[in-house]
Amino acid sequence: MENLLREYLPILIFLGIAVAVAGIAVLASYIVAPQRPDPEKDSAYECGFEAFDDARARFDVRYYLVAILFIIFDLEVAFLFPWAVSFGDVGMLGFWSMMVFLGVLTIGFVYEWKKGALEWE
Amino acid sequence: MIIQGLAFYLFSVIAVFSAVMVITARNPVHSVLWLILTFFNAAGLFVLMGAEFLGMLLVVVYVGAVAVLFLFVVMMLDINTLNLREGMAEYMPVGVAIGVVLFAEIAAITGGWVLAPEIEAARAQPLADPGAVSNIQALGNIIYTDYIYLFQASGLVLLVAMIGSIMLTHRTRPGVHKQNIAAQLDRGRTVELKKVSTRGGI
Repeated sequence: MENLLREYLPILIFLGIAVAVAGIAVLASYIVAPQRPDPEKDSAYECGFEAFDDARARFDVRYYLVAILFIIFDLEVAFLFPWAVSFGDVGMLGFWSMMVFLGVLTIGFVYEWKKGALEWE
Repeated sequence: MIIQGLAFYLFSVIAVFSAVMVITARNPVHSVLWLILTFFNAAGLFVLMGAEFLGMLLVVVYVGAVAVLFLFVVMMLDINTLNLREGMAEYMPVGVAIGVVLFAEIAAITGGWVLAPEIEAARAQPLADPGAVSNIQALGNIIYTDYIYLFQASGLVLLVAMIGSIMLTHRTRPGVHKQNIAAQLDRGRTVELKKVSTRGGI
């Protein structure tokens, strides 16, 4: 337990340095740069136009479908990591249980392929 | 050891603060960004507890995928930020009352909760020794064999989620021309080369 956390100490130091550098960059530019705002400078710039409308436009639901399919396959891959590490210990039962798991998800994959859910049109 | 304590308080303070910001931020997109910060700090707490695999999984799955999904949903909902706070004062007392009741119930349960002594013997798997076997291997040794039914059930849950989301959101749009590569290749040779004599034309 102690050893494990000691291995993470460099990452913690790295994290601290990253936060410090990012903070310094923002803070220093805030302090050093002259701040003389005027309404024209603060206005939204969109290729020389006034902004046409609100950025909060409605998205197509297809993005959502792609995102949720991504999550599902992400989780499938997440299950593969411990399996790969302890592959030598789980034996034939572990092997076939993973094969059944992958088979079930392959059924879903074939379904979405045939349905055309992966095509953008 | 002192660094461990400091890291714990750093992570937990930032996690609680950003969790509060999730529900108080005016812009829903900012809420999702605060939520991502909460996930990162929770992953740090997992690592401090020695559950490094779960910590990394939290970053990969929740930050990488679920937060993106939340962003899509927030943008898809087309929320008008100005109208969002309407009636807040009206709903506030009821919301606070429900929150207090819920908090009191949880406090009563967790405060009076003790682990029964016979639980330790009834447990299917003894806790793996963290020094002898790595976190990910300790999980892998039991998920696929001892908890095989739960593992297969999780596969079915993923299948249902996949089919359900396709059923709900996918529809074929009329009047869309798709490229059919097989049909294109099947047309055969329609272009031919001709030898044309100079100044002769065809």
